[in-house]
Amino acid sequence: MHVTAPAPELAQASRLPGIAFIFKKALISALVALVLFSLMIGIRTEAGPTGQLIYWARFGDLAAIVATVFGGSIVVELLRQWWGPVGTVRIIPPNVQSALAVARRAIAPLLLIFTLLVPVIFYDQRYILDLGILVLTYVMLGWGLNVVVGLAGLLDLGYVAFYAVGAYSYALLSTNFGLSFWVCLPLAGILAAFWGVLLGFPVLRLRGDYLAIVTLAFGEIIRLVIINWQSLTGGPNGVSGIPRPSFFGIPLTPGDDGLAAKLGIEFSPTHRIVFLFYLILALALLTNWVTIRLRRLPIGRAWEALREDEVACRALGINTTTTKLTAFATGAMFGGFAGAFFATRQGFISPESFTFQESALVLAIVVLGGMGSQLGVALAALTLIGGFELFRGFDQYRMLVFGMAMVLLMIWRPRGLIGHRAPTVFLRHSQAISSELAKEGRG
Amino acid sequence: MSGKNILNVDHLTMRFGGVVAVNNLSFEAERRKITALIGPNGAGKTTVFNCITGFYKPTTGAMRLTHDDGRTIQLERLNDFRISKQAKVARTFQNIRLFPGMTALENLMVAQHNALMLASGLTFLGLIGAPSWRAAEKHAIEQATRWLERIGLLARADDAAGNLPYGDQRRLEIARAMCTEPALLCLDEPAAGLNARESAALSELLLSIRAGQGTSILLIEHDMSVVMEISDHVVVMDYGVKIAEGAPKDIRDDPKVIAAYLGADEEEAIAVMESGT
Repeated sequence: MHVTAPAPELAQASRLPGIAFIFKKALISALVALVLFSLMIGIRTEAGPTGQLIYWARFGDLAAIVATVFGGSIVVELLRQWWGPVGTVRIIPPNVQSALAVARRAIAPLLLIFTLLVPVIFYDQRYILDLGILVLTYVMLGWGLNVVVGLAGLLDLGYVAFYAVGAYSYALLSTNFGLSFWVCLPLAGILAAFWGVLLGFPVLRLRGDYLAIVTLAFGEIIRLVIINWQSLTGGPNGVSGIPRPSFFGIPLTPGDDGLAAKLGIEFSPTHRIVFLFYLILALALLTNWVTIRLRRLPIGRAWEALREDEVACRALGINTTTTKLTAFATGAMFGGFAGAFFATRQGFISPESFTFQESALVLAIVVLGGMGSQLGVALAALTLIGGFELFRGFDQYRMLVFGMAMVLLMIWRPRGLIGHRAPTVFLRHSQAISSELAKEGRG
Repeated sequence: MSGKNILNVDHLTMRFGGVVAVNNLSFEAERRKITALIGPNGAGKTTVFNCITGFYKPTTGAMRLTHDDGRTIQLERLNDFRISKQAKVARTFQNIRLFPGMTALENLMVAQHNALMLASGLTFLGLIGAPSWRAAEKHAIEQATRWLERIGLLARADDAAGNLPYGDQRRLEIARAMCTEPALLCLDEPAAGLNARESAALSELLLSIRAGQGTSILLIEHDMSVVMEISDHVVVMDYGVKIAEGAPKDIRDDPKVIAAYLGADEEEAIAVMESGT
């Protein structure tokens, strides 16, 4: 690797012939844009009043596009030269480096403290609290899926199925049998885990893309069953009137037996929102704690070993069948918990909420966060869900801006926001391992 | 006494469609001895290994493993991970198969999976951090540390296995196999790609495993200096059949063996003969 920084005048000299190069590159880009857009933008066709084709040229728009590409290409090239060659080691002063390391270590605790304080700071802002609950739900789903995809390396595109199983478990058990949320929560987790194992069996031999397709189909099957089994699930009409959560038996209502009356404070609907916020935070932290613990146990190490090399696992006497099934079951269980929470928060669920798009979003959170990294997943959920809300001002261009931000992020950090894994055990010092070395479980 | 042989392979045949990779092969591996399986490329050595370690199911034939306590196990009836877990047969691979994204220490911890799984009460005791689990984990780390020390990788315990030099990876893979506490260790070309000094260190390691742990070793090897130096018994294969077996010095002078190597590859034949002089 090149560590030696060229002397300033040398660097200047190497930049000088670049001008011709930059213009050449920009010209080629502009030419490509001209060819591409001459028909797409340069000519506008429409059906005339009598059905005949009328068209007219839009040279102005075409020229603007080509000029933008030309200018943009120059700017990008200049930025690239200013940034320096890719792949070299940049010399960062040691004090800056240590400051960065401190900042990196402080992110997780600071984020947690901030999250704990959100309902206090934004007590009056319902919108922020709702957004916080939404982000935390996806953080929890991301952490759950992280067990399957990030640790065990099993690409699961049907994770929403377990979310749905959890949600419907709570909805149906509570509306039909009157069971409380706190009884249904573990049941929803167990049922989702059961379905996770059920999905696990047929896909044991599959890896990578093939596994992804089967899990994708599984997600759709669950959704279609929910739509068509009208007598049980209400079909497309969904389940409504799902009981709202109670504060461990004390309802959060304005009545005399409500929590507000018992505490002797004035009732406010925000109480319930705050309670929901802390509930999902607790559930998410439970997921995180269990996952961190599991990683340091033999089962967690076996998951990661499975991701790295399945054949070697078998040669070491690891039962890959049960290892895969426990990964599916654990991930599904957390999905089930999140689903039960979703049902109690909404009060109404329908198959609409459990489309493939949800699976894709959760998977995007895991991939963007950096496979296997707990902090990365939390940051990615915040970026994806929160960022999406931030772009609300762009109206119709929201998806475009959002998509572009994603592409840039993946160029900047191809291995996700947190691009390394921390060892589960160490002798002297724990040093981060670059994700470049870790496999993605596609073998 | 539990018999002289740890492994008896009887009339082993492995067919892939019309191709007979191993044809009616019988040989024995003695307890606490190093048995080498040699032969030209494509002779079927790795196929034999894959049958013994459960990666292939042999077409016909029997493989009997006899443990120290006299317990016998028919390997052809076990499959997959059970060969390692129940029969205590560990193996390494021709192309190294470490867990590259995990540290050297983690690699050795994964190898102790089954023992640790029991100690962690199938995860539940471990999740609540029970003292018995903590003790077991500490013991496992100590065992891994001992092996790292033995293969000279203690200083690199916390480095990713994928970042280690090739020779270190080879030794780490052997240590990982040994961490499963096997009765029989099967090594598939452990000296491939090693330089002379590393080969010598490898020979030393294997001899010390035989002496220290009392593990029987079955080895496939092309490096004749290693084979001649450490093996107690040599089995020579060609085209899926056994063409000779015996002590290394007898094999070296066996005209059939020389012919097999000459017919297959001149360089290998020369290597055989040169290492004999």
